[in-house]
Amino acid sequence: MNEFGDESAKRHIYPTDELTGAEIISYWFRDKIFLGLPFKEYMRTLITPLNIAAGIVVMAGLYLILMRFIFGLDQITEASNEQPWGLFLTWGLFSGVPFSGCGFVVGTGVYIFALKRYQPIVKNAILLGFLGYLFAVIFLMIDLGRPWRIYYPMIISFGTASVMFLVAWHVALYLTVQLFEFCPSIFAWLNQKYLRKLAVSATLGLTIFGVMLSTLHQSALNAMFLLAPGKVHPLWYTSYLPWLAFISAIGAAMALMIVVSKLTTIYFRNRASPEYLASIDDITIGLGKASAFVLFTYLGMRLISITHEGSWGYLNSPIGYWFLVEIGLFAIVPLTYYYGVLKKNVKIIQVTGVFTMIAIILNRFNLTLITFNYQLPHRELFFWKEALVVISVIIIEILLYRWIVNRMPVLRDHPDFPNDGH
Amino acid sequence: MINRRDLVKIGVTAVAASVLGAGNVLGSTDFEGNPERLGMLTDTTRCIGCRRCEAACNKANNLPAPKTSFEDTSVFEEERRPYVADVGSYTAVNRFDGEDGKPVYRKVQCMHCDEPACVTACPVAALTKSEEGPVVWDQSICIGCRYCITACPFYVPAFEYSSAFDPKIQKCFMCNQRIKDGLVPACAEACPVEAIQFGKKKDLLKMAKLRIWDSPDKYVDHVYGETEAGGTGWMYISKLAFEKMGFPENIGTTSFPKLTKDFLSMVNLTLVTWPALLGGFYMASHKKPHGEHDEKPEEEIKHE
Repeated sequence: MNEFGDESAKRHIYPTDELTGAEIISYWFRDKIFLGLPFKEYMRTLITPLNIAAGIVVMAGLYLILMRFIFGLDQITEASNEQPWGLFLTWGLFSGVPFSGCGFVVGTGVYIFALKRYQPIVKNAILLGFLGYLFAVIFLMIDLGRPWRIYYPMIISFGTASVMFLVAWHVALYLTVQLFEFCPSIFAWLNQKYLRKLAVSATLGLTIFGVMLSTLHQSALNAMFLLAPGKVHPLWYTSYLPWLAFISAIGAAMALMIVVSKLTTIYFRNRASPEYLASIDDITIGLGKASAFVLFTYLGMRLISITHEGSWGYLNSPIGYWFLVEIGLFAIVPLTYYYGVLKKNVKIIQVTGVFTMIAIILNRFNLTLITFNYQLPHRELFFWKEALVVISVIIIEILLYRWIVNRMPVLRDHPDFPNDGH
Repeated sequence: MINRRDLVKIGVTAVAASVLGAGNVLGSTDFEGNPERLGMLTDTTRCIGCRRCEAACNKANNLPAPKTSFEDTSVFEEERRPYVADVGSYTAVNRFDGEDGKPVYRKVQCMHCDEPACVTACPVAALTKSEEGPVVWDQSICIGCRYCITACPFYVPAFEYSSAFDPKIQKCFMCNQRIKDGLVPACAEACPVEAIQFGKKKDLLKMAKLRIWDSPDKYVDHVYGETEAGGTGWMYISKLAFEKMGFPENIGTTSFPKLTKDFLSMVNLTLVTWPALLGGFYMASHKKPHGEHDEKPEEEIKHE
């Protein structure tokens, strides 16, 4: 489905004034949805072994989700009255949202600090951020006991002392902000010049609002666990939890951009402009340098916070050794980032990016699932059906990302709007 | 260069955001309980482990039948939590080995904290500490997020995982409806030995302390719940050390709203400082040659 050549040639394949309404609609679909191919040909391009495998996993996941909505959460989760949250929130919310910080991190750099170097990846960063939040909400909808009331914290009843109230508001607002921020690409795809100009003019306000919201809800996601001092393991429980979350989210966002940028140069080569492809190495080195700095800060804060809480005594226990694995990863990645930058070796930085992602996911899993309720004698972490649902939702997310990148100007500029920075 | 329209935009967002934030901070002020609030006192030295409180609770709240009858003493072989799906009641009696070899019983249920973790956690205020004392739940606004379960240090609230359309939060509500009707909570009424007593918290506290004063050999010199987790509505006195009876050891005396109050008070600060700082950075980083401002149309120069 990726075999499509010259963008500007295909955009004017029909003279609109000589066509009937039905033909205009059919051409519109061919142009915008079917990548310029006739419907049957387009459908044929979709049948690939990888797509079929993805389809099977997605169908299995959707079946399980259906079971959950008919028979209740206990059908597909290990959730109990002692461990009410499982893989859906640990993966979808607590691990996913830090990475979705890429929209605000790169957006702030480019639109506020005028760091032109990162201009080529800013649209991709905003798209990844938007999809991250969208799917965080989807995971939340699967996990909520009464998902049809998801808007209640906004309109019906306010639990203003709750950190989750803040999270609900901020995630809802920020999802909207990210959609608006991505609008320039959507309107370029739909050839809506006026709407696009309107969307572009809101960039500064949206970016600043996005930083405000991100600072608070990134930190709030960990701050929710401040309320469970007896259940979070002392090696993870600290009053710095919110700020550790915020700083690690910046590291997570940059690691994601390093890794995804590399992947796009492999899998979306024909959807990217030559300028985009040529810029990735330099951007990776820049992000690597910044990441080394951010992750050194994180490590320092983490070690000081444990000292502050006086929790080092817990090291000599099985959970303590497990903690050493996590903190060891966090100690190594800033060093290898720095080494990669010194040697100007892009590959080292990209591999470090992968390990940074692993470290941050491990951190969120440890905090919210693996060591949570460490004092209970018998705990079930998650059910295989939960894992299958998570994998199938991730596949849907990747497919949606591919669908958008194949159509909208994300890794390139739209020929009608060259070099305008959006 | 920032222009007037951008400034207005930033100003409007900042105001809107700080209004939003203000609610959060106001919401986390200290709880000043109703001095007349009701509570319960369990004297574990009196409890005989008859489980009649469990049966009464089941009946008063129209709960489903238990797996085995309420007279079955084999349930004492494992420590139970008061989850309806497991025990058919909002309360469960557990047996522990006393120091003199005799069994000691402890009834477990919602502690009805003065400043409850679950109430602090609830994003829609479905859980509230009522004026009268019981911690109650409003079925019509609960969204089923289960943060209350994550937050409760006593592992009390339960969720109806088997229900897709009407999953309830299940816990002891201190027979709120019976209290309103002028009745005593069902468990206290059913107790044959007055091990469970109902009344104003301040009176029960005095009573508990008097008993300890009268028989210092019979009790540990502590009323569990007087200060735990900032004070609870349900209190216990006992001869056996509390930590040997399944009471959580790491509760402390800090009330739960205090744990997140510092964080929530950052909300306003962040929402006000970021626009100012970032607006300043924007102006500093987006420079433009002299004289261009008046000659070029706005859109072309705004995002150079």
